[in-house]
Amino acid sequence: MEYFLQQLINGLTLGAVYALIAIGYTMVYGIIGMINFAHGEIYMIGAFIAVITFSILGIVGITWVPLALLIVLIVSMIITGLYGWTVERIAYRPLRGSFRLAPLISAIGMSIFLQNYVQIAQGAKIKPLQPMIRGGIELMKGETFSVTISYLQMIIMAMTLALMIGFSYLISATPLGRAQRACEQDRMMASLLGVNADRTISLTFVLGAVLAAVAGVMVSLYYGVVDFYIGFLAGLKAFTAAVLGGIGSLPGAMLGGLLIGLIEAFWSAYFSIEYKDVAVFTILVVVLIFRPTGLLGRPEVEKV
Amino acid sequence: MTQPLLRVEHLTMRFGGLIAVNDVSFDAHEGQITAVIGPNGAGKTTVFNCIAGFYKPTVGRLTLTRNATPYLLERMPGNDIAGKARVARTFQNIRLFPKMTVLENLIVAQHNKLMRASGFTLLGLFGWPGYGKAEAEAVDLARYWLDRTNLTDVADEVAGSLPYGGQRRLEIARAMCTEPVLLCLDEPAAGLNPRESADLNTLLRFIRDEHKTGVLLIEHDMSVVMQISDHVIVLDYGRKIADGTPDVVRNDPKVIAAYLGEPEDSAAVQGVV
Amino acid sequence: MTAAERLKDAIMAAGVAALLALPLIGFETVDTGGPLGIKTRFDYIAYAAIAVFLGRLGMRIALDWRRNYRESLADKLDPVDAVKHKSVLSDLGRKADKWLMPALIGFAIIMPFLPFANRTVIDLGTVVLIYVMLGWGLNIVVGLAGLLDLGYVAFYAVGAYTFALLSMHFGFGFWETLPLAGLLAATFGVVLGFPVLRLRGDYLAIVTLGFGEIIRVILLNWQPVTGGPAGISGIPRPSFFGFPFAADPPEGTTSFHQLFGLEFASLHRIIFLYYLILALALITNIFTMRIRKLPVGRAWEALREDEIACTALGINPTNTKLTAFAIGAMFGGFAGSFFAARQGFISPESFSFIESAVILAIVVLGGMGSQAGIVLAAAFLTLLPEVAREFSLFRMLAFGAAMVLIMVWRPQGLLAHREPTMRLHPAGTKPGGGTP
Repeated sequence: MEYFLQQLINGLTLGAVYALIAIGYTMVYGIIGMINFAHGEIYMIGAFIAVITFSILGIVGITWVPLALLIVLIVSMIITGLYGWTVERIAYRPLRGSFRLAPLISAIGMSIFLQNYVQIAQGAKIKPLQPMIRGGIELMKGETFSVTISYLQMIIMAMTLALMIGFSYLISATPLGRAQRACEQDRMMASLLGVNADRTISLTFVLGAVLAAVAGVMVSLYYGVVDFYIGFLAGLKAFTAAVLGGIGSLPGAMLGGLLIGLIEAFWSAYFSIEYKDVAVFTILVVVLIFRPTGLLGRPEVEKV
Repeated sequence: MTQPLLRVEHLTMRFGGLIAVNDVSFDAHEGQITAVIGPNGAGKTTVFNCIAGFYKPTVGRLTLTRNATPYLLERMPGNDIAGKARVARTFQNIRLFPKMTVLENLIVAQHNKLMRASGFTLLGLFGWPGYGKAEAEAVDLARYWLDRTNLTDVADEVAGSLPYGGQRRLEIARAMCTEPVLLCLDEPAAGLNPRESADLNTLLRFIRDEHKTGVLLIEHDMSVVMQISDHVIVLDYGRKIADGTPDVVRNDPKVIAAYLGEPEDSAAVQGVV
Repeated sequence: MTAAERLKDAIMAAGVAALLALPLIGFETVDTGGPLGIKTRFDYIAYAAIAVFLGRLGMRIALDWRRNYRESLADKLDPVDAVKHKSVLSDLGRKADKWLMPALIGFAIIMPFLPFANRTVIDLGTVVLIYVMLGWGLNIVVGLAGLLDLGYVAFYAVGAYTFALLSMHFGFGFWETLPLAGLLAATFGVVLGFPVLRLRGDYLAIVTLGFGEIIRVILLNWQPVTGGPAGISGIPRPSFFGFPFAADPPEGTTSFHQLFGLEFASLHRIIFLYYLILALALITNIFTMRIRKLPVGRAWEALREDEIACTALGINPTNTKLTAFAIGAMFGGFAGSFFAARQGFISPESFSFIESAVILAIVVLGGMGSQAGIVLAAAFLTLLPEVAREFSLFRMLAFGAAMVLIMVWRPQGLLAHREPTMRLHPAGTKPGGGTP
């Protein structure tokens, strides 16, 4: 029982991170109907910027945790957002209206490029980060096992929750969100009505990248290590989360992320840790077979 | 009495809360041109998409009778409707294979026949002579329709390079290469100039008279409809409001109301519908 | 664009580049044992900004020049001819397939007997041919059927491990295993493709990406069967149709050199392997050329163009796509069993995502559909890192960038062109008595 609870906490933490990344996939899919394969790498870049900024702050002597965390978050969000913007400008925008495979190939090219760019610039070795936020609360004390929730886990969950609420508000109640939803429905009509579709799409990429940056900061703190390869698997899992929740649906991405985090944690705990990625992938295929629209997605009606 | 070629019974199609087609029934016959007309948003294309299998109707039965065998279209996947029941269609926004040549477009249309002739690829791979013969016959059929649609000269051009009118004709030729019993045309005259429109009428009459193929067409252009149709069905707001020969339909007050807006005193007529 | 506008645009681009480069290039993390140390390399940021500035300026000038050129061309040509005005590159691709292919095949056949051919050259030739075969195999899936397969290497791995396991544990020979490996790879393709090919094309891409990773995870962790990270070694080498390549053949068998009355030389096997992969690659090529002219091949191309129109013509899209996917997987399996037989040793390391990416890059750069283009791209991508060792670090970086640039500039592929699969009027004549 205690073990179960502990895995629940771990799974929710992991799921929060996946959910943040999954939103980027789902928003881009919603607005331009493509899978942004480079999104996992954007998250990896966010994590790297976090590690580098933390290290610089440590050297210049800013070690008060709340301040350091705030600075790192801001720096990582800004620069990663800029990366998201640049990727869209270079690799996707010129391809609108090109043939079907072109944006996908371009995206996979971008993903390969970014991965190797970071590898060359920062080296292939794993980058460690000193634990900064220690300790936690013991929730329950069992005979052999006690359930704890660390402060860091609490921060991750609180942060994700706050971002999700803020984000839902942004999409449902601001002009930007309205423009975004309009472009999702009919980009041509939206631009005829004065919505700047190009700018809205750019902003979508930036927002996705900003959320991925937050996920990157959290992960670098949580695991204490990053390397240039983390974006690949995290991207795959977050995409699975987006599909499970129903691609194109924001609440779906959040729900899917949490579910994938839980599945991964419980699978690792009760079955085998080696095959946790296989389990997640199997879910992707099973969802695609039985419910391609996901849990909260709406069926696409193709116009002919 | 013989079965009609296509019998549509109580067809209803809902999208979420919207009822696009509401309890529509009609027949289409072999060797006749049946037109479905109606103002924008009347549900014409939805009826079409149900017949061609792109949508599954919410309620209703669609029976196609070919060689005295009934096919229940609402239960078949789209490719079987074309391949087994032999219903061919064209699209409102032309859908050719733009990078393939005109001839190749027509050969792809004979896919199922050629697949069997090539022993599902295995025999064809080793140059089985029977396949060569089948392919030559396919080219002959293609050439027949190229001649009818005036495209023989451009047969080796890429389909995407044809002018608009040529693409429309090619789409009809391609549909006919599937040797259909029912040809469904989604606004075939849209975007054609008067001369091309007249040629289209000739072609459709030829298909009806020489091939005994039933033609079902959606059209906005009333001149086309009234000139060539044997039978007209009028839809408005998803319901059938008239059904008959062009002359009968033309003088039907409900149709006039639907097209011209209702004069104040025709509210009673609308109420009946 | 005026000169001032161009300059402003280039300065903006350089500014963005500098900002992007600041954290990742400007600072380098160094391991010090404890917390990470930081070294600065601000000069690199300046280089990056300058490079982007010049590149952007050059691009703007080139684009404006091209537009002016096209406009002047459009004035000269009447609109009908302008549509037919063929691009220089696709003409080049057409010529390459017509003239270069026979020349390349001829060269490949006599290559081992040319004066410069030593062991290293022949080995290198074998590697290039493996990639040519993989490129041609993947081209069936991506180029003809328009399906994006990002895990092609998984089928290569299935072929390699099938070969290794069957020959190690059951004593199967190369020629018995080859079809089995292909068949098994195709079966994997069907099992994976069936659920996914009903859906939109993008899902196939991500599922194959995941599948490639999963196969690798299984190979790494299923110790008793796959040997885990250590892989499988001591795989029997293929024999010359039953005559082994051995200095001292076992009792009762004749070795290759005895059969032909030659002096024993280890080079014989290398040459034999070279011809083996050449033959396999050519079979792939001939198969592709033939199947393009059969109904299923035409249906693949038609599906790539418009799936809905195909359905309306009675073509079953799922089954048709499935055949392309499975046949592509089968050729991957063939190549995999050759790889295992040649190396005598396989491990999961040889089947990482990078390999899939390289094969895809070969297909994309070569021009989807152009068989000769794929040969050139395979030779270029495998030989370049050999020639310029220092380049190998930047290899994947350049591949990724090239894939993006080609999609932006010429999405149909560098040398892409399409030869009709049949003609009504013989080539070179124009109907209606006109001249070509």
